[in-house]
Amino acid sequence: MSGAGEPGAAPAVAVEVEGLTRRFGDFTAVDRVTFAARPGEIFGFLGPNGAGKTTTIKMLTALLRPTAGRGTVAGYDLVAGAEGIKRSIGYMSQLFSLYADLTVEENIGFFSGLYGVPRARRAARRDWVLQMAGLAEHRQRLTGELPLGWKQRLALGCAVLHEPPILFLDEPTSGVDPISRRSFWELIGGMAAGGTTVFVSTHYMEEAEYCHRLALMNRGRLVALDTPGALRGAMREPLLEVRTDRGAEAVEALRSVPGVVEAGLFGRAVHAAVRDPAAARAQIPGALAARGIQVLGIAEIEPSLEDVFISLVQAGGGVLDG
Amino acid sequence: MTSASGGAAAGAPRGAGASAGASPAGGPAIEVDRLTRRFGARTAVDGLTFSVGRGELFGLVGPDGAGKTTSLRMLAGVLRPTSGDARLLGLSVARDPEAVKPLLAYMSQRFGLYTDLTVLENLHFYADLYRVPRSERPARLERLFQFSRLGPFRDRLAGQLSGGMKQKLGLSCALIHQPEILLLDEPTFGVDPVSRRDLWLIVHDMVARGTTVVVSTAYMDEAERFDRVALLHAGRVLTLDSPAALQRALEGTVLGVRAEPLRPARDALLGLPAVRRAVVFGDRLHVVVGDAAADLPAVQAALQAAGCRVLSAEALEPSMEDVFIEHVERAGAA
Repeated sequence: MSGAGEPGAAPAVAVEVEGLTRRFGDFTAVDRVTFAARPGEIFGFLGPNGAGKTTTIKMLTALLRPTAGRGTVAGYDLVAGAEGIKRSIGYMSQLFSLYADLTVEENIGFFSGLYGVPRARRAARRDWVLQMAGLAEHRQRLTGELPLGWKQRLALGCAVLHEPPILFLDEPTSGVDPISRRSFWELIGGMAAGGTTVFVSTHYMEEAEYCHRLALMNRGRLVALDTPGALRGAMREPLLEVRTDRGAEAVEALRSVPGVVEAGLFGRAVHAAVRDPAAARAQIPGALAARGIQVLGIAEIEPSLEDVFISLVQAGGGVLDG
Repeated sequence: MTSASGGAAAGAPRGAGASAGASPAGGPAIEVDRLTRRFGARTAVDGLTFSVGRGELFGLVGPDGAGKTTSLRMLAGVLRPTSGDARLLGLSVARDPEAVKPLLAYMSQRFGLYTDLTVLENLHFYADLYRVPRSERPARLERLFQFSRLGPFRDRLAGQLSGGMKQKLGLSCALIHQPEILLLDEPTFGVDPVSRRDLWLIVHDMVARGTTVVVSTAYMDEAERFDRVALLHAGRVLTLDSPAALQRALEGTVLGVRAEPLRPARDALLGLPAVRRAVVFGDRLHVVVGDAAADLPAVQAALQAAGCRVLSAEALEPSMEDVFIEHVERAGAA
């Protein structure tokens, strides 16, 4: 998406941060992160545990002050404008805050009050949420009795009752069935098309696929930022699929072959990122045969988003454990 | 982790009963026959029937509420079926759940690591529980550490491990006694892709040594990692086959279309007779049509008529999500 050629009065930037840094004692959780997100953009945050995603999002939602660097969210400064930021954002986590023993309508009423939706607007916003979430006929049902996919749509509706220009989602469709997931992302896509900027934090490539751009974080740093398509195309090393008679052992063996940057199992096959595909193709059968492993086939393949993710994490020094 | 009682290491030797079956694989490791579990008025698992071959890596794939956990709990002998049965290496879980337990390891979603013991102490604790002979422990630990990459952390308290490392330690504890059958309930839930790769390595190492493994997951993209998968929905098997066969059997072709503007492009395609589905994925559409070559011109013409610019269009491998949706819709229509 170029984003160009769509004139309008909306601000050109929804979120921008520069050199954003957060230290906890000696530990630098977020290290000089710089990026900008446009209005209407679905912006994904990927990264292993401990990569700094959560800390970054806490700073963007004004729950945590940066140690260094600066930024604005919806035009408000991260430090001086904390109150303005809190009014401008919606937040939905996989552990929704919905009350199971309240009805659908009562939950909407509760969150309208919490988010300070003006009384005159409440009926209209309630009807909008009921319609958007497809729950108009179920408004009197207890929330705890609803299927997971419906709860997720209701939680989304409650998170945007106050019409925030910026929405934060934390693994929003984890565990939901694919049909509900698609209808959820359809709603998100509609909100983004209407100008809402959506931040999505996730481990799951299935969710990442729905984002316009993806920021990959590792060890507190932003290691890549681009569209899913461009990330797949720009993977550092070519990828070989190596089929053998013993996958797990082949991974171990391949990791010690020079020119193999990373190897992992995918089903029974091994995906190996290599520096030089021709050289690696020549070298691998012999190296595996020396360990008694037979190669059944080698082919160069298109990397998946997961392959890209792992390649970038490994290039950045691997996962920070502990 | 709930698992087998003690004495597991003295359980059935590898290949026990191999002579019973006529097939080279020695007959199925698991035979599930109309397995059903009701909780009050709700039927969590509804007439599940399938079999898993020896040494097979079998996936139970479906969303939350599909019946994955209930099914695995019945296979593990910790939950009694309401009706139907499952046989593990010929032993009935309905009639004799205690006889089944020593054959298997079961890692539930909430496994019991001791947070105030170190990594190594946890492994030794489970080795004691499963009565793994002391002489065999060093080799097993070395192998588990090799794939889990937990070796450098052997002296760290389990409570201080990251989520992915805890999950790897839980799996290692379940595998310290080399079970015949391994049942894993959503082992990759909440685990980042790098730790997930290590988990799969541990699982595949077990498969390579002949263990039969059944894994549940809510993540459709993990389905491609299994030898065969049963797609579960509302307590029933929607379909069951190898991932490649399921993808081949999908009716129609998935086109990846980049167009601008994207959502109006999707709306223009939804009215087209040739288009079964059109979904926005990030910066492109997935458009399901009957035949890529025959239907592409109509797709392009409809987009141009709607004032959309087509940047690229290519046939894609259908994803397991496409397969799942196709089968849910088919089941709903029937």
